[in-house]
Amino acid sequence: MSEVKKIATRESYGNALVELGKAHNEVVVLDADLAAATKTGIFKKAFPDRHIDCGIAECNMMGIAAGLSLTGKVPFASTFAMFAAGRAFEQVRNTIGYPKLNVKIGATHAGISVGEDGATHQCNEDIALMRTIPNMVVINPSDDVEARAAVQAAYEHKGPVYMRFGRLAAPVINDSSDYQFELGKGVTLREGKDITLIATGLEVSFALEAAELLKKDGIDARVINIHTIKPIDEDIIIKATMETKKLFTIEEHSIIGGLGSAVCDVVCEKAPASVYKIGVRDCFGESGPALELLHKYELDAEGIYKQVKENI
Amino acid sequence: MDILDMQKKALEVRKGIITGVHSAKSGHPGGSLSAADIYTYLYFEEMNVDAKNPEDENRDRFVLSKGHTAPGLYAALALKGFFPMEDMKTLRHVGSYLQGHPDKKGTPGVDMSSGSLGQGISVAVGMALSGKLSDKDYRVYTLLGDGEIQEGQVWEAAMFAGHRKLDNLVVIVDNNNLQIDGTVEEVCSPYPIADKFKAFQFHTIEIDGNDFEEIDKAFKEARATKGMPTAIIARTVKGKGVSFMENQASWHGAAPNDEQFEIAMKDLEKAGEALCQK
Repeated sequence: MSEVKKIATRESYGNALVELGKAHNEVVVLDADLAAATKTGIFKKAFPDRHIDCGIAECNMMGIAAGLSLTGKVPFASTFAMFAAGRAFEQVRNTIGYPKLNVKIGATHAGISVGEDGATHQCNEDIALMRTIPNMVVINPSDDVEARAAVQAAYEHKGPVYMRFGRLAAPVINDSSDYQFELGKGVTLREGKDITLIATGLEVSFALEAAELLKKDGIDARVINIHTIKPIDEDIIIKATMETKKLFTIEEHSIIGGLGSAVCDVVCEKAPASVYKIGVRDCFGESGPALELLHKYELDAEGIYKQVKENI
Repeated sequence: MDILDMQKKALEVRKGIITGVHSAKSGHPGGSLSAADIYTYLYFEEMNVDAKNPEDENRDRFVLSKGHTAPGLYAALALKGFFPMEDMKTLRHVGSYLQGHPDKKGTPGVDMSSGSLGQGISVAVGMALSGKLSDKDYRVYTLLGDGEIQEGQVWEAAMFAGHRKLDNLVVIVDNNNLQIDGTVEEVCSPYPIADKFKAFQFHTIEIDGNDFEEIDKAFKEARATKGMPTAIIARTVKGKGVSFMENQASWHGAAPNDEQFEIAMKDLEKAGEALCQK
């Protein structure tokens, strides 16, 4: 098998911002002393006057972004998911969500794949927090292609958007020439009639690998990529409940409140079916190399395969 | 500035506050009344705003960081013509655009939703920064409570504003000395307030915030100050203008009953008659 190209979606974020910045003068980027890590440093190099470093003060950064959006700018406020969704939750809710401001939040370093920094910096709760806020769109792209498309889509959407990016280099899986990103639309990456793996973000490529492993055991798994967790694509989920026997949701996020819960919300109300949630099981992460952590927490292909086999 | 005219307008604003809070049977009269003179000055003397064109991109902006004193802001906006003063009676009623705390989405003239303390100042700072980035000459004003500045975010915002030398920004602290649990000194003293803003690279001015001459002088000085933002520490009387509410922490968040409403309105009428004899 040829070497698969890998790139971290935080890198895609930085690159996409530069492209957006070239096309639109009103795009400004905010950071909270993490420009080197969130990759907004790439934008800073291209547009130094339109990059605003707020210092280590994320709550204030969200307010400043709100003020910028009220005066004609399109701000992209950037920091780690822990601080964007966690520390500044109430600022995002009251100062961005409630007045429905055109603020984009670029949250990098989501999930346990942050790696060595450990539990304090591994945000497994951001999707849950952000999707409860009315007016908020929540996007969790799976690779470089999708991440760049998501940034563009976030710009085009009028209103608040939360984008979740990762630190770990992720395989590029959406590089076909006919790839199109549509906000709120799930993507069937692999047809299957036995079960459905519904994955988001970094877990999408692992889900595809797991489907290959399951195939060897005679299990025909459909794989759906949900890049937009809110608004979620109800139709693609309902269809999967009709056409396959069981759903497995897979996310690098707590099994409480994230993709799994969002899918269950749809299934419970509209098409009762059995759903098994694969994710971080109501626990904190820990230090270690990202891939080793993903293995330990059973969030790599092997871990997904194992959990599907045990719960099918 | 015609001081007598300002004083008369401020009385109308105060009547609007009492009318709204009485009709709502809840709300925050104390801090609305203490800042009534500042609201009046901002909307009738200082700020470049037009009730017929509330979304003008070159207008001055106001963010009410101490959002619970929305009745004061609403009464000033109504008096300025953004909406009918009669609507003050719908304050906090189901379906009214006059929400308990300002909601910019449905209220003409409200530049930002606010109410969760400590957050409005950051938004004002963002607006001021935006003006600098776009080379626009609008000015931005934000009103904070003296209890509100116990919130750490206020100082994050102040640090940034000083760092960026936002001389198009004026932060006003309504220093009425009272918060819900008592005097600000008893609860968690924010004093010395001016020195704190000075340390964050602000020009500071301390005034009697219920005296139009001093208010006028302060805002003119702020306008003339270049290279740094200005903080106006306005010493005020909580409940100002209503005899039984003055300097009473208990009137921070309570509404007058029918009898108290009559007394309050009589107080304000009497003050108005006194002004007419001047």
